[in-house]
Amino acid sequence: MLKVSLYRYNPEVDQEPYMQDVELDTGGKDLMVLDVLELLKAKDPTLSYRRSCREGVCGSDGMNINGKNGLACVTPISEALKNGKGGNTLVLRPLPGLPVIRDLVIDMSLFYKQYEKIKPYLINDTPAPAIERLQSPEDREKLDGLYECILCACCSTACPSFWWNPDRFVGPSGLLQAYRFLADSRDTATEQRLSELDDPFSVFRCHGIQNCVNVCPKGLNPTKAIGHIRNMLLSRAS
Amino acid sequence: MANIRTISFDGVIVGGGGAGMRAALQLAQSGYKTAVISKVFPTRSHTVSAQGGITCAIASADPQDQWQWHMYDTVKGSDYIGDQEAIEYMCSVGPEAVFELDHMGMPFSRTEEGRIYQRPFGGQSKNFGEGGQAARTCAAADRTGHALLHTLYQGNLKNNTVFFNEWYATDIVKNQDGAVVGVMAICIETGEVVYVKSKATVFATGGAGRIYASTTNAHINTGDGVGMALRAGFPVQDIEMWQFHPTGIAGAGVLVTEGCRGEGGYLINKDGERFMERYAPNAKDLAGRDVVARSMTLEILEGRGCGPNGDHVYLKLDHLGEEVLESRLPGICELSRTFAHADPVKEPVPVVPTCHYMMGGIPTNVHGQALTVDANGNDQVIPGLYACGEVACVSVHGANRLGGNSLLDLVVFGRASGLFIEKALREGVEMRDASESDIEQASARLNRVNNSTGGEKVADLRTELQNVMQNHFGVFRRGDYMQEGIRKLADLRGRIENAHLEDKSSAYNTARIEALELHNLFEVAEATAIAAEERKESRGAHARDDFQERDDENWLCHSLYFPGEKRVAKRAVNFTPKTREAFAPKVRTY
Repeated sequence: MLKVSLYRYNPEVDQEPYMQDVELDTGGKDLMVLDVLELLKAKDPTLSYRRSCREGVCGSDGMNINGKNGLACVTPISEALKNGKGGNTLVLRPLPGLPVIRDLVIDMSLFYKQYEKIKPYLINDTPAPAIERLQSPEDREKLDGLYECILCACCSTACPSFWWNPDRFVGPSGLLQAYRFLADSRDTATEQRLSELDDPFSVFRCHGIQNCVNVCPKGLNPTKAIGHIRNMLLSRAS
Repeated sequence: MANIRTISFDGVIVGGGGAGMRAALQLAQSGYKTAVISKVFPTRSHTVSAQGGITCAIASADPQDQWQWHMYDTVKGSDYIGDQEAIEYMCSVGPEAVFELDHMGMPFSRTEEGRIYQRPFGGQSKNFGEGGQAARTCAAADRTGHALLHTLYQGNLKNNTVFFNEWYATDIVKNQDGAVVGVMAICIETGEVVYVKSKATVFATGGAGRIYASTTNAHINTGDGVGMALRAGFPVQDIEMWQFHPTGIAGAGVLVTEGCRGEGGYLINKDGERFMERYAPNAKDLAGRDVVARSMTLEILEGRGCGPNGDHVYLKLDHLGEEVLESRLPGICELSRTFAHADPVKEPVPVVPTCHYMMGGIPTNVHGQALTVDANGNDQVIPGLYACGEVACVSVHGANRLGGNSLLDLVVFGRASGLFIEKALREGVEMRDASESDIEQASARLNRVNNSTGGEKVADLRTELQNVMQNHFGVFRRGDYMQEGIRKLADLRGRIENAHLEDKSSAYNTARIEALELHNLFEVAEATAIAAEERKESRGAHARDDFQERDDENWLCHSLYFPGEKRVAKRAVNFTPKTREAFAPKVRTY
């Protein structure tokens, strides 16, 4: 039997959140954490969480698993228990730092707002050609490690700087996306993008703690991207 | 119903996947008040899972490539019940639609010349099948759907589309003239129910692969658009046509792209034999998906499957080398290691045919206008209702979709719907307002669920439904099995309609959403079952043991399923493309 400790909170019923202990017969299988949740929900339909693709590409089921942020659908129980907290119990909590709506569902508005703030779309006011805008494989390679972000929020909600200033610090996910457009040879708004990031909070609240790198389920490196933006801002100032 | 709030838009799009967001983008750019209702944050829609690419004759890999060759492949792939006017439109407009994606910022992989990278996919040929394998699928590594979906969401942010994220449309609102004047929708976060009023309602709700127990589809693919259309009394077309993708990871169902075989991977049985050479001597592993899926199933049934239970075959990739795998198929390497515990660099991936795509859906014309037929069998537009993407059957896929054509379909027809609605709105749309009783009628199901006092559990009923579909309507079908399946479904209908919603709370109540989704799954499943039993031939993905041949005399036509009488009618296939003569049906070999 697998012991599971679940963060529960239903605003209509509960005065405050609590941890619920349940047990599940996994048949000895090393299930993914999402499969555990699905089996638990079949027994108790009131349990709420987000899920969609169940293969780690949609970013719905980011949660705190035994102390570490990750995607439930690509985290096997065995991996989860190695995260350290909880011993042999699977401990599932919502991503930290943002308001909880219910159970494992958080309000991601601030996270999305930071994403929108960096103008996450290509800007190029020159007339488009009749075919694609040409881009060399070398220039395209600069987008690798950036465009793959799935907006799961595991990184930003693991970042102490984002916890303190979720309204003013763009956060690792948003900054990774900001650099994705700064790095795109087809984008012509570099100057505008940099000037909009050039304040004490948007970028410079990053203290290189690297929690983001540690938790990213896609193996991306926001800290490195933030370093590139920092360098661009500094060389622009000098 | 005075307590129900009304929100009004010029155009409302139900579904935030590729088709919905492409339609929304077109409308938002035209300045009309546009809203997208999506039950998940848009980038979590199932388009994000598309891997291999978007097939389109942009003449990058082969400067001589022509959209007419793509059209030929698609008609042949459809086993000749794809509408040729629609296929012609998709293939000819395609390049423009793909270049627009690049201009929007989509991070396609590149060739040395700086153009979009294209890879070979199944069913592709040069020179109308005479010139060998083509490479026509435009790719962003093996994350093309992700790149496409994020780009479209970003484009919509740029154009100020209004998003109702994590809102769920429950039913169509029809006025007294039978015109569609919006939908009822529920805010998942708060439980508030509103009437979303619109002059144009676009269904872009995607597929329903969750009717099967084993599927590549996301949990959210529950056929909501088809369910709503059927409940409103509208017909669906070719709904018996379900694609089983050859390479779902055995056990997990997770997809590995056909691009694996495009890049040079191939399937082997337990003897290590490359068996597709026997079934499709020319195209081999890149034959149509239906052909490959059947061949795999036969290998397994005849005892040449792999693994302790002999219930899958292997996809061999290691000979491609680590560099190709990590640069061209990085997502596949990740998925295979996670879900199959197999590292493609070193060992083969266990795969099995897995439910993947709904070829059928709401019949539409090339403008996305939803259709029904009158008593004389003539097409009639359903006023106010549009559909595009997987939920629609326009029909470009007929009885079997070619790989890479779904992303092209959703971009081209999402765009076409937006263009047409813009024109219609400019000319003026006059529809009578919904009355209170119209809105009440559209709210009835939700109210019934909210007032349920007993009945069986949603999760148990869903599992039972999925098992019936898996066992009775799979890769191979037979009349008596299907009739038994239909009887089981008849028993399930009442039980599913009366499923118990124990939790009546308002805030983020996913139990309520799942109860409502189950109704839609059932509607799709029942339509599939009845249409499949009725089509007494084998064509494309519909393979019957008891009618093994294609029967052009009786079945070179669409099926049209009417929910009221549970009746299947026939509708003519379009053989009148605008710029060339039609491709006549011939024996389909690869």
